[in-house]
Amino acid sequence: MRSTSHFALCCTAASSLFIAAAGAQAETTITVATVNNGDMIRMQGLMGDFNAKHPDIKVNWVTLEENVLRQKVTTDIATKGGQYDVMTIGTYEVPIWGKQGWLVSLDDLPASWDVNDLLPPIRDGLTVDGKLYAAPFYGESSMTMYRADLMKKAGLKMPNAPTWEFIEKAARAMTNKSAGVYGICLRGKAGWGENMAFITAMSNSFGARWFDMKWNPQFDTPQWKETLATYLSLMHKYGPPGASSNGFNENLALFQQGKCGMWIDATVAASFVTDPKNSKVAKHVGFALAPHKEGIKKNGNWLWAWTLAIPAGTKQVAAAKTFIEWATSKDYLKLVASKEGWANVPPGTRTSLYKNPQYAKVPFARITLESIESADPTHPSVQEVPYVGVQFVAIPEFQGIATAVGQQFSAALAGTESADQALSASQSLTKREMTKAGYYK
Amino acid sequence: MARRVTTSRKALVTVAAFAIGLIIFFPILWTFLTSFKTEGEAVASPPVFLAFHWTLENYAEVNQRSHYLLHFYNSVVISFGSTLIGLVIAIPAAWSMAFVPSRRTKDVLMWMLSTKMLPPVGVLIPIYLLFRNSGLLDTLTGLVVVLTLINLPIIVWMLYTYFKEIPGDILEAARMDGASLRNEILYVLTPMAVPGIASTLLLNVILAWNEAFWTLNLTAAKAAPLTAFIASYSSPEGLFYAKLSAASTMAIAPILVLGWFSQKQLVRGLTFGAVK
Repeated sequence: MRSTSHFALCCTAASSLFIAAAGAQAETTITVATVNNGDMIRMQGLMGDFNAKHPDIKVNWVTLEENVLRQKVTTDIATKGGQYDVMTIGTYEVPIWGKQGWLVSLDDLPASWDVNDLLPPIRDGLTVDGKLYAAPFYGESSMTMYRADLMKKAGLKMPNAPTWEFIEKAARAMTNKSAGVYGICLRGKAGWGENMAFITAMSNSFGARWFDMKWNPQFDTPQWKETLATYLSLMHKYGPPGASSNGFNENLALFQQGKCGMWIDATVAASFVTDPKNSKVAKHVGFALAPHKEGIKKNGNWLWAWTLAIPAGTKQVAAAKTFIEWATSKDYLKLVASKEGWANVPPGTRTSLYKNPQYAKVPFARITLESIESADPTHPSVQEVPYVGVQFVAIPEFQGIATAVGQQFSAALAGTESADQALSASQSLTKREMTKAGYYK
Repeated sequence: MARRVTTSRKALVTVAAFAIGLIIFFPILWTFLTSFKTEGEAVASPPVFLAFHWTLENYAEVNQRSHYLLHFYNSVVISFGSTLIGLVIAIPAAWSMAFVPSRRTKDVLMWMLSTKMLPPVGVLIPIYLLFRNSGLLDTLTGLVVVLTLINLPIIVWMLYTYFKEIPGDILEAARMDGASLRNEILYVLTPMAVPGIASTLLLNVILAWNEAFWTLNLTAAKAAPLTAFIASYSSPEGLFYAKLSAASTMAIAPILVLGWFSQKQLVRGLTFGAVK
């Protein structure tokens, strides 16, 4: 009797183990590589919704700093390492990697995902030869953030679309160095994604371009001279000390502490500077479009999106697509709104979001949309260009070249070389690298 | 006759030593203090030293978001594993170089050291491909192997320096008494070189603990150690300095405690030869 019950017990245990093992086998695990920013972290906190809808898919997160992540995912995708099933990449990588055949096309996502709802400039930047290679998670442009109280005190009124002349006038009026208030804060830290993102976007508003149609660098043109002269003049006269080491975070800290009259930077900063928990000036922040030059119909704003893409080496394409469909859907935006409020919804990807009357109440929603819509990655300058990208040139050589050029401009800002020297060095180094890369026959 | 040291001179040297110690320790202290601030206080200008609202919310959030214990376990396995395997290989190697040198011993030692001069990124792709083909990506085994190889030249060099201080006559006497090579190394050489071996072990554990190129590039979710844990809190677009400080404090605390407890051994091993 006792041995029979033992046998039955063993059978039950064995079958339970078998069922559990079968269940475990049915579960698909995907690894998602992502950056450490507010929207991505929020998504990790909302995974309960995904898990409830897709209990058969387990998601492992690898969260890393942007530059570390870029190096890792580039190594992995170039060697077909297969460590990641979903990668968070930017609008710079998508056209290059899509063309190389390194990404899985997302054209077969279901109709309910509504590809036509994506904002056209963002969708264009993620499409190669008519195929969509990444789904935007959040999009951003750049805009002018300013201290409305200081502006009022100076007797000025910020227009919706300011000119560089007005910015100079306002910076002069708001600067009070003895009180530690600087009229304008701009990026000065060298890097293709730091000062060069800002200065390249600014150069578009002066009619400059990186390359002519034969890929000759254009730093020796009057448009680039004017761009750099304006940038250096603004920063030398009205900028904070040590600006050559200031990137997004340093300027954000200065603005939040009330040290900047104006700050032209990413639209994503809006939610930070209006957060009363961390910003001393939350109640006094106003928003306007990035500046332009009188007579030139291009604003100095950029266009960027963090996107989710599937590397061609993955074996979990179906599960990866299911995850991307969830994370970039209209329903996800509603989910964030219901849990965290409309101000925390990932911005800049879908037209329907900006038609939503509740989202329209968010103070920076309109300017963000206007900024994104005014950026055209296929025609960044008023002059003809052979490349795609607003604040970057979507070629593999750009990261290295722009970082070297950024070091020249940062040196000019620090005062260790003149603007002319910086432009001349940038011209020759770019020409040299493009020659090495085989752009000239 | 010993030179007389005046009280004022003693006080001056003590103050100077404390000042230098504080300067060196200050970044760690600042990180520790920042970990208890809010994000707003972390970037306050002028900075607040102690008069802020102490909070544990950063630690709570870091613990909620990350698997600290998994990263900690991975760090322990990788650093101790690679160092112990390295010692097993390096002790016989250093013995042969110190006590039975050949004409080329110096050249071999220099060649070993020269491998440290190559920037790691130069061999990233070949190593990555080797790891991919061997199924070693994101595994503890892979990281132990690569860190053993990376730190081996330093381990051999350090042990070689200590072993050189031990008179060969002692080993020769052991041999004349009939000790085999194994017994000579295990029961005569090793006990005499304990301070040297201990300091080599500690230094290499610290080096492996802090290694942040290979541990970041060859791991993803499973084998990522504490370096990856810290990197996940750094962001160029968003002020998360307080959380980053909390993560950093949690990552360096174990090795800092180990350093404190073993500092006598570490200093002795680094400043004295084996039998001085």
